[in-house]
Amino acid sequence: MKALIDALGPLWGSLAGIGLSLVYMVVVLLTVAFILWFDRKVWAAVQMRKGPNMVGPVGILQSFADFIKFVLKEIVVPSGANKTIFVIAPIITVVTSFLTWAVLPVAPGWVLSDMNVGILYILAVSSLGVYGIIMGGWASNSKYPFLGALRSAAQMVSYEVSIGFVIVCVLLVVGSLNLTDIVNHQKAGIWDWNAFAFIGALMHGGSPAKMGMAFVVGLILFAMSVVFFISALAETNRPPFDLPEAESELVAGYQVEYSATLYLLFMMGEYVNIVFMCAMISILFLGGWNLPWGEVTNPFLGFLVLYVKIWAMFFMFAMVKAIVPRYRYDQLMRIGWKIFLPTTLVCVAIVGAYVAFFGGNA
Amino acid sequence: MLQIAAFYILAAVALISAIMVVSAKNPVHSVMFLITIFVTTSGLFVLAGAEYLAMLLIVVYVGAVAVLFLFVVMMLDIDFVELKQGFMRYAPFGALVALVLFAMFVLVASAVVEAKVDPHVLASPTPALDVANNTQAIGRILYTDYILFFQLAGMVLFVAMIGAIVLTLRHKPYVKRQNVGKQVARTRKTGVENTKPKIGEGVSL
Amino acid sequence: MGIMQAIKGAAMTDFLGAFVLAMKVYFRRKPTVNYPFEKGPLSPRFRGEHALRRYPNGEERCIACKLCEAICPAQAITIEAEPRDDGSRRTTRYDIDMTKCIYCGFCQEACPVDAIVEGPNFEFATETREELFYDKDRLLSNGDRWEREIAKNIELDAPYR
Repeated sequence: MKALIDALGPLWGSLAGIGLSLVYMVVVLLTVAFILWFDRKVWAAVQMRKGPNMVGPVGILQSFADFIKFVLKEIVVPSGANKTIFVIAPIITVVTSFLTWAVLPVAPGWVLSDMNVGILYILAVSSLGVYGIIMGGWASNSKYPFLGALRSAAQMVSYEVSIGFVIVCVLLVVGSLNLTDIVNHQKAGIWDWNAFAFIGALMHGGSPAKMGMAFVVGLILFAMSVVFFISALAETNRPPFDLPEAESELVAGYQVEYSATLYLLFMMGEYVNIVFMCAMISILFLGGWNLPWGEVTNPFLGFLVLYVKIWAMFFMFAMVKAIVPRYRYDQLMRIGWKIFLPTTLVCVAIVGAYVAFFGGNA
Repeated sequence: MLQIAAFYILAAVALISAIMVVSAKNPVHSVMFLITIFVTTSGLFVLAGAEYLAMLLIVVYVGAVAVLFLFVVMMLDIDFVELKQGFMRYAPFGALVALVLFAMFVLVASAVVEAKVDPHVLASPTPALDVANNTQAIGRILYTDYILFFQLAGMVLFVAMIGAIVLTLRHKPYVKRQNVGKQVARTRKTGVENTKPKIGEGVSL
Repeated sequence: MGIMQAIKGAAMTDFLGAFVLAMKVYFRRKPTVNYPFEKGPLSPRFRGEHALRRYPNGEERCIACKLCEAICPAQAITIEAEPRDDGSRRTTRYDIDMTKCIYCGFCQEACPVDAIVEGPNFEFATETREELFYDKDRLLSNGDRWEREIAKNIELDAPYR
């Protein structure tokens, strides 16, 4: 963005930036459309069903058919609802879910805004996403949506804490808040990816004490990647943590009163967030756009690699949805506050000690 | 040009929202406007080049504090008529507080403008942006010069948290508590017993 | 016990086992019936859309005894009868409200002449409610259309009656 303004002047640079953002949005939306179809296909396959298979070859255009259907339906606003907030809520969800993509580097050099507080920006904007759900649940003026909204708010606030600590671990090891730096830190190969850094620790050598500590930190980072994955599930209200919309208890939670385009917006925001979380895991722990055997400098190849990683991560999301039974709400809170929070806190301390005594860069 | 426009828009939205916070009839709307203020203020921080503060403002205030506000306000069953009754009675007192606050703002602002440069500040000038960015600069000051205050503030918050827990936590002896570890440890072996009772004997439980 | 359990939980052995199992199932042949193009088998006793049958010479079977109307638990059947010109007793009106019908099959059990039957057709969804109020013409035309299947089903089911 800044490079654009420098090159083209303030007016044309800004316009080009807006155009680039639109390209980002279109790509993300198309990805979401196909990933929705993929989600349903994986879910179906595990249950020995075929899943959507009518619209287009193997049903690949199902999401577009759904989209048209949603848009053409009537928007029903309950008479007791707070109309302004009722309409604004899903818009907030969608806007915040798209905002996070602004700082996400998708390939070497391809990033809308290369902020040096990129991670904090992501945390900030994703914490704004809660409001869409709370406002939607409250404005519906109905019991189930309200309960769903309360649950969702408590859940997202709780798991943001452990996500924050996991990210702090990575930041301590990398030594930068910038996402591009984090990816470049993992460019040597799969043994240097944060999730598998314990292999790299053994390969890089050094004094036995340093090697041992680096190995431990590598193992911690691997555990942190799992914690991040589970917290991401809770953060995006995915099963097994989809308690805000648990259909067996709350019908559809905060979405009960929503229909047509407004429901579509909620759904879209949720899936954009999920894809974003997949991208975050790929960037923080799985080497971003780097191949397992080395660095990638060609942006097109890099984008392709990251894209494949996003889909692979989403496959895990879909498998978890298919095989893990839903948690009870107290179990969810127990995992968040009593297991993840102490574990990640201790891990931050250990990683911090390692960085302080052996000087960075595991 | 763009920055000036952004400043005026953000500042105007922040001021209008601030007025709406106190004048909105519905308390939930007030909280919404409060959130708008936080967001626009963080926008102003970004304009001033303090991107770290801006993000922190949103993470802490919008992401955590305002959510809890919203929680409480939504859960409360408020009678708006009753709420509005005392308004005129307390209006003069409120105006007085506002006046005092405004006077303090003016005093502080004029003091800042007229203040002589402190030699201590000159001794440790703010490093240039390419040497240390905002985040590093804040970290350096916070964890060296102000480490004691930082830790003390943390302790105060910690004590407040413990106090809140102590005040609200009550162990009721008659409430059955669940032991999740025990629940998870249950297997088919411990949960089910197959017996073949003879006719007329039954099973002893 | 507690420590082993904690280690097992942290290693997520349950999840890994479930994942392996799910991947085994993933590539199995799917038993899904591709419905509008493939259909599952139907029993000869299947109770679907109603039809009024005729004798092979084209004479309608129904003699307006009103047993079906009497037994219908949902009171979906309405019959009015008058002697025809040739003196035989026939219905002038035979309506079934398909929105009331519960497809219990009592009408075909009650019918002494096998006139009202529930055929094998279950794909008669309509766009409007009115289309589901069947009259005599509709039922007779159903009978004509499905006669072959209905006759075959009655024949197959006969040994068990």
